[in-house]
Amino acid sequence: MDKFTGKVWVLGDDIDTDIIIPTEYLALKTVEDMAPYAFSPLRPELASKIKPGDIIVAGKNFGCGSSREQAPEIIKTLGVKCVIAKSFARIFFRNSINNGLLLIESGQLHDVVTEGDKVTVTINKCIEHNGNEYPIAALPQNLVDIINAGGLVKAMRKLNGLD
Amino acid sequence: MGMTIAEKIIAAAAGVESVKPGDIHTVELDRLMSNDGTTHLTIDMYNNLKKPHIADVNKLVWIVDHNVPCDSVKTAASHKKMRDFAKANGIKFYEGAGVCHQVMMENHVTSGELIFGADSHTCAYGAVGAFGTGVGCTDYLYAMVTGHSWLLVPETLRFNLTGKLNKGVTARDLILTIIGQIGANGANYMAMEFGGEGLKTLNMSDRISICNLCVEAGAKTALMEVDDITIGYLKEHGRKPKHSFKSDDDAKFAKVYDIDLATIKPIVAKPHFVDSVVDAKECVGIHIDEAFLGSCNNGRIEDLRAGAAIIKGKKVHPLVRFLVVPASAAVYKQALDEGIIDTFMEAGAIVMNPNCSVCWGSCQGVIGENEVLISTGTRNFKGRAGHKDSFVYLASSETVTASAIKGEIATADMV
Amino acid sequence: MGKTIIQKIIKNNTGIDAKPGDIVTVNVDRVMIHDIFIPFVASKFEEMGFTKLWDADKVVLVYDHLVPASQVDDTRHFKIGNEFVEKYGMKNIHRSDGICHQLMTEAGYVKPGDIVFGTDSHTTTYGCVGAFSSGIGYTEMASILGTGTMWVKVPETIKVNITGKLPDNVMAKDIILKLIRDLGADGATYKALEFAGDTVKNMSVASRMSMSNMAIEAGAKCALFSPDEKTAEYCEITLTDKERDLVADSDAVYCKEINYRAEDFVPVMACPSNVDNVKPVDEIISNAEGGNIAVDQVFIGSCTNGRLEDLMAAAEVLKGKKVAPFVKLIVTPASRKIYRQAAKNGTLKILAEAGAMITHPSCGLCCGRAGGILTDGEVVVATNNRNFLGRMGTSKVSIYLASPKTAASCAIEGRITHA
Repeated sequence: MDKFTGKVWVLGDDIDTDIIIPTEYLALKTVEDMAPYAFSPLRPELASKIKPGDIIVAGKNFGCGSSREQAPEIIKTLGVKCVIAKSFARIFFRNSINNGLLLIESGQLHDVVTEGDKVTVTINKCIEHNGNEYPIAALPQNLVDIINAGGLVKAMRKLNGLD
Repeated sequence: MGMTIAEKIIAAAAGVESVKPGDIHTVELDRLMSNDGTTHLTIDMYNNLKKPHIADVNKLVWIVDHNVPCDSVKTAASHKKMRDFAKANGIKFYEGAGVCHQVMMENHVTSGELIFGADSHTCAYGAVGAFGTGVGCTDYLYAMVTGHSWLLVPETLRFNLTGKLNKGVTARDLILTIIGQIGANGANYMAMEFGGEGLKTLNMSDRISICNLCVEAGAKTALMEVDDITIGYLKEHGRKPKHSFKSDDDAKFAKVYDIDLATIKPIVAKPHFVDSVVDAKECVGIHIDEAFLGSCNNGRIEDLRAGAAIIKGKKVHPLVRFLVVPASAAVYKQALDEGIIDTFMEAGAIVMNPNCSVCWGSCQGVIGENEVLISTGTRNFKGRAGHKDSFVYLASSETVTASAIKGEIATADMV
Repeated sequence: MGKTIIQKIIKNNTGIDAKPGDIVTVNVDRVMIHDIFIPFVASKFEEMGFTKLWDADKVVLVYDHLVPASQVDDTRHFKIGNEFVEKYGMKNIHRSDGICHQLMTEAGYVKPGDIVFGTDSHTTTYGCVGAFSSGIGYTEMASILGTGTMWVKVPETIKVNITGKLPDNVMAKDIILKLIRDLGADGATYKALEFAGDTVKNMSVASRMSMSNMAIEAGAKCALFSPDEKTAEYCEITLTDKERDLVADSDAVYCKEINYRAEDFVPVMACPSNVDNVKPVDEIISNAEGGNIAVDQVFIGSCTNGRLEDLMAAAEVLKGKKVAPFVKLIVTPASRKIYRQAAKNGTLKILAEAGAMITHPSCGLCCGRAGGILTDGEVVVATNNRNFLGRMGTSKVSIYLASPKTAASCAIEGRITHA
């Protein structure tokens, strides 16, 4: 079973897609070009501090707002291993799955964690933090299928007989 | 010895009997116009003065027109600075009322005045016989603080106009032809003066269009003889002339040009210089991505009427972005009343609120890499309308509208 | 067991008697892509290995966020869009006709009972004519373009009943803002909203559109109004029996029911910087320091409130009056058609006389790329759908969302107030 440990960045409730990537930067050519501006309205320094393998922990309704898929793509581009939130907005959730960004719902972790802490995630099982275990739910099968295919693009390539 | 119009205005503003080219005089200014292109810099300098002071706040007119509505956080900050300063100091302030020169012509300028504007196309005011000249913010600040400035009396190039423009030929074709003839520096430091019987065939819109573009030949100012058309225009806007000057018969001109208006043809100024002028027919067929009808040069009701007459019942080419931008709120309202706005909207044009638009090239309407614009704006310098690798052709309202329909450069007789 | 509207739409589309929580694959009736995302949709589509659209006539491309272009690279999106249209034989393209969501219903692309997806979160708008419509990302859009299908989880439904007559100074916008406040920004996540009651029946389709448009701000997957005679007139159709039947069964099961009396509504605003931070305007004023909040700019427009009735409501307030000195009023009609109607019936003239800047129909300030960007310390009252931090300029801009009537009153007074 997949298990990994990462350093935590903590954000609040209702982190919207305009905070994750403001519209101003949406016409830049690539997601890599946009990544330095991630979270800039709220925490302009954050994008440069996030290291591959880090984990974002947030409150409720993470990713609310627009359908911009750059939002999860940018978070993935920054190297974030997964986002753990109390809840996720729906379009953001679908977009993340389709791009292979792991999202985990946990009602408890956000209340106890401090920025800079380390947490360990065991997929489909639990999160460990400061010696405590917080259970997490398993994903529905159809989403597991997309993730197992390596994201929606790869799933479609398979459908079209390309891979 | 006789004097030219420019000399007479300077003499009056300096309080002396007579002046001659090359003299430097201290002059009292009638009006000081500044827009959002540079006002924030003027304010920064003003705030660094030991004793900040405005000589006569009633002479100041500040106009936000270049980036309206505001299109970036950077311009938002400079607009706020300008707005706050105007509010705190009681400066006449316009925002969204239109392009500065058009707003000035409609509301402030009168014959015989001497006006500094922190914008090169301030020479437009010569249309009513006012000496308007563009200055930088340091000159502007000095005039704002002291109420006066120094001025080198320019030599004058005189253009005697005769005859009448043929149908389908515009004042813009005339001035672009003149700039092509004398070159982009052909009137450096000089005044360009227009008079003669031919002038009487040109309405105020034509006159503004001509004077406005004189800076593209390097002119310090442009001036036209005051006549009944001038007086009528001023009266219509509730103003009277300060002076109604004409050049004396024995005034000395650096050079005199005689131009028969009937010889002027529709022309196009090719990238990337205003004096790169050719017969419009030579450019026919050149692919375009965008067309622009507007600016202080050609965004008046007469220009919109000319465009509307051509496009009525036709459609903008599907791959062309046709920007139609009235030069002022007054022009916009007039065009609404006349149904012209609807004509353009029905044809598929993009009708923007009054502002400088793509003429200024740093606001909405910009063109991208390798794109081609045909424009009634003032300049076609490299990168002027957006991407550094893009191309601007200057032409009349008629040619621009015809091109928007065809999707390539075309003259009005082709649509 | 009875069905909600969304269950009926899904049944009609798939033949399956699905219940909330079921995952079904639907046949998509129409899709919408806009200028911001077309480069990404195009590249994902080709990366997936598709060589043709499942049905070119069902695809609509709209340029609206970048019209007119404000940055030199914006026109790249038009170029890529134009190439895509040409290459795949599309006919439905709008390059400067207005905001995508307005055009989808106005130009007849969406009918009652349709299932529609768009690369924009406010795709929920089409529920105003009884369509199941929802926002998706560009990868899923690319997959629909190739397959014509999409998986969806059948949502539970929250029913909202509104009865009675609204006060004169209250608009549909005030209702939806109040509802978002009561539900919270995530209160309808994964769920469908269903509106009913005589207040809703008496509402124009344009007003219903303001409400379905903003359902996403409570996280909703879709927001549905049963098609009626008003819908038929708006869509220029005669309702079929199937369309007429898109009414919830009396024994339909809801996860929540909310009842409002129209008379209880008051003018409200969503205060900075969350859409669910909604307060009555009177309360905002009385809690403000000195009882006054100065306004620097007012924006009337967007897919939420840029329709003819919105512009006319603003004009009614502004007629014969002037925008306060140093305050900007920006009006951006939602479509070319609306602009022309407003030009013809004198609405634009009234607004222009009052000092409004009237821009070309587009997303304008709502998407924060142009159309009235603000700076630190400034306050804007806007009729659009989002007031997120940094949405209209710097993160120190305060955005208040309000109805067109309230917004117009603020423009005249230069401070927060209501009609």
